[in-house]
Amino acid sequence: MSAPQYDAIVVGGGHNGLTNAAYLAKAGLRTLVLERRHLVGGAAITEELLPGFSFTTFSYALSLLRPEIIQELDLVRHGFLPLMMPSSFHPTGDGDYLLMGDDHAQNVQEVRRHSPRDADAYDRYHHDLDRVVQAVRPLLDNAPPDVFSTDPEDRVDVDWLVKHLSGVERRVMHDVVRLLTGSAADWLEDYFVHEGVKGYHASSSVIGSKVGPMSPGSGLVLLFHKMGEHDGHLGSWAFHKGGNGGFTQVLARAAEAFGAEIRLEAPVTAVLTEGERAVGVALEDGTELRAPIVVSALDPRRTFLELVDPRGLPGELVDSVERMKFRGVSAKVNFALDGLPVFPALPDTVEHYGGFLNIGPTIEYVERAFDAAKYGWYSDRPYIDAAIQSVVDPDMAPPGKHVMSCFVQYAPYELRGSDWESERERFGDRAQAVLEEHFPGFGELVLHREVVTPVDIEQHTGLTEGNIFAGEFLAPQMYFFRPAPGWSRYATPIQGYYQCGSGTHPGGCVIGSPGRLASRRVLNDVAAGRVGAHSTGTASS
Amino acid sequence: MIRTTPFHPRLSELNSQGLYTHWQGFLSPLRYTTAPKHEYFAVRNSVGVFDTSPLFKYRISGPDAEQLLAGLLVRDIRSCRPGRALYTLWCDDRGFVMEDGVVFRHSANDFLLTAARPNLGWLDSHRGRLRVELEDVSDDYGIVAIQGPRSRTVLSALSPETDGLGYFQHTQAKVGSTAVTLSRTGYTGDLGYELTVPADEAVAVLDAVLEAGRDHGIRPFGEEALMMLRIEAGLPLIDVDWTNSRTAWTDAQRVTPTELGMGWMLRGIDDDTRPFLGRQAIRRELAEGSSRWATVGIVVDWQHWDRLHRDAGLLPSKSEHPPPYEQMLYDAEGAPAGFVTSFLYSPVLQRHVGLARVTPALAETGTELRMEVVVNHRNTTVDVRTAPLPFFNPARKTAKP
Repeated sequence: MSAPQYDAIVVGGGHNGLTNAAYLAKAGLRTLVLERRHLVGGAAITEELLPGFSFTTFSYALSLLRPEIIQELDLVRHGFLPLMMPSSFHPTGDGDYLLMGDDHAQNVQEVRRHSPRDADAYDRYHHDLDRVVQAVRPLLDNAPPDVFSTDPEDRVDVDWLVKHLSGVERRVMHDVVRLLTGSAADWLEDYFVHEGVKGYHASSSVIGSKVGPMSPGSGLVLLFHKMGEHDGHLGSWAFHKGGNGGFTQVLARAAEAFGAEIRLEAPVTAVLTEGERAVGVALEDGTELRAPIVVSALDPRRTFLELVDPRGLPGELVDSVERMKFRGVSAKVNFALDGLPVFPALPDTVEHYGGFLNIGPTIEYVERAFDAAKYGWYSDRPYIDAAIQSVVDPDMAPPGKHVMSCFVQYAPYELRGSDWESERERFGDRAQAVLEEHFPGFGELVLHREVVTPVDIEQHTGLTEGNIFAGEFLAPQMYFFRPAPGWSRYATPIQGYYQCGSGTHPGGCVIGSPGRLASRRVLNDVAAGRVGAHSTGTASS
Repeated sequence: MIRTTPFHPRLSELNSQGLYTHWQGFLSPLRYTTAPKHEYFAVRNSVGVFDTSPLFKYRISGPDAEQLLAGLLVRDIRSCRPGRALYTLWCDDRGFVMEDGVVFRHSANDFLLTAARPNLGWLDSHRGRLRVELEDVSDDYGIVAIQGPRSRTVLSALSPETDGLGYFQHTQAKVGSTAVTLSRTGYTGDLGYELTVPADEAVAVLDAVLEAGRDHGIRPFGEEALMMLRIEAGLPLIDVDWTNSRTAWTDAQRVTPTELGMGWMLRGIDDDTRPFLGRQAIRRELAEGSSRWATVGIVVDWQHWDRLHRDAGLLPSKSEHPPPYEQMLYDAEGAPAGFVTSFLYSPVLQRHVGLARVTPALAETGTELRMEVVVNHRNTTVDVRTAPLPFFNPARKTAKP
């Protein structure tokens, strides 16, 4: 057996793989990242599809990234620059709109303009939601305890969790459960009466998940999208300079600065094992690279069923992973625009284009958009979360021109009676028609349109069935159960083989924690002599 | 009666907030939109416009103008060629800092001095028998700062002279048909320019700038954004980071150039051909090493900050608004070590940073100190380290064109 060239090999150069590699390299491990494509970033990439126009092909905004990662990996030194969104904009479907900004009191007045009854509810709503976020946050920054283990070491973590949860106020705990199990519609109806106001707040409750705002589970999706705390503001969102690809380039520079090596166009076909131990990886071209630690940043299907032979894994784990729901329902339609769209009620300002443009006027609108997906078809009038990033970051497009990223739902991965290659442009037309409804004349501005279907997401990023969270974001696939019961702590049944993708806690979204928490697990195991890493002097074989 | 600047008619139209402060008797917007941070990012990422007209402006001319300024200003005006500008302090005869300002040299005998406070009487009192004309031209001109990485692109479309202009250089240029002074100066620590414009043509010039910047995301920014920018740039502000010696009550309130972190201005102090106000005292201070303070940056230990707040049941505050009071610093033993004069959470640095004055022995970069902070109505301290200034200093700020 040849000597390992590396201490650790990370399979997949998405944001979690890069984060993981940066931490491992920072700890002194000789670390190699293997990326299948010609660029790192996974689903967080920026591509210049038209000269001067930078498209965030997939992921397009930043919020959940844990602040610890920014500091611990010294990302500012490598160009980290989140441009905070100054506003979010919600057409209410009747020509009017909600325009929310950084000034709380002015937001209250904006709500009151539509519904005096909802003005004070707005305060209560945000306070209650913030309390829930505070209660749940520590769970994001720690590996899920193994409640199934009898190991005293694991009991320490279980005790921590029990202690933490028992410290949460009764009322807040009830709100946590309402959000974890209930629908966004039910939650919002406890506060608001105005359909537009409810629609605005429901906007993040269905992202990336096969639920409507009236489905149980949408509360959890809503909550997750409020967990970010950029610059100390809960639920705040930013465009990273240069798009989310700009962010993953920062991560790559940080990883390299710590000594990690990144190899592009190096698809991994298998994790090599000897006995029950990982010893390296095999590349598509037949190259074998050896390392006592292999970390998969891919989703659970690929981690457990493709990179290794599932016949060597416990049947219960394989069953769980096979049962895991992916079924992506999101697509992107990205535009290069000749100028700014015009919202008729706000003809002379750009202030409403500073952040998300939320095209889903009411809960009912979004729920109806969901209906089609239940039966294997895409929405006739889809829900759109749009962003004209070039307004905040002019370097994204030539002067006076713009790029507009549209996250469009619903677009089920599997279409009944057709396929995405046939439906691609018709689906793009549906999205564009919705934009035309709200921004008359929109079509005349379009210089270029890129339709990214769930099948495209799967093919380009490797995310199974195009699920943007690397596994649906619903209670049975969360926390202790992400990605599978008993395997939520970043290890696998194969010694030296780890998982760090968004399919592990607390992915998805661009959060970085799976990569960070997995690195902690790896480094603990190295320190305990459970796996070898030559650089640290704990040889294993 | 509060006054308005020459740019006010247009800028007030762009202000959706109606939120002004008073700057030397002029209305000055705190912010134009609900999001001052967005205005700040315009400067750090594209281009922003700031109305700095309330500065006092003095024309100093005549055969002995150079001699007058050489004897008053800390930096040596004799080394400043026409077409260049100097940022400088001036002191009292005890070597304490009075004010700061920028002096533009238009020709051998013609200067323009900007100042934060009125200074004509003071200038005049030092004129003696020198052949100098002093004129308060504050109301004759408006000054608009165009700052940020895209400022050069925007201005060069209006005035081709922009392209050749080096850091702290200035030139006569035209914007449309209006003659202006175009200078590569500013108070943001970024690439930036200022236009000094005849008051009655100010709006036309501003309109041209806004039009040229429209496709580059240009937007006006207010004082809230300016505070963030200038603290990141390590630029002190009178009456915030120091007190004018002339109006201070005690020497404890006063600072010397060295104590203010401006020791770099004293390079020519041993040149006996240029006695200037305060020189003897400053030389004594330097010879005796009697400076009481050093000005440094401080950076807060983010983990400690977060823990202090989270353990108290609070979300760690990360406010870009500087508190309007000093925060005391202590050394590792808990003894007083200095104080923080300007403090905020910096979005580009993702850290809490501050401008501080510490005892000189503690000035070395990386010195661990503790800063007082109030959490849940309880006084406690957070760990900080001293850091070099400026915090934010992009190459583009001074890069040759």
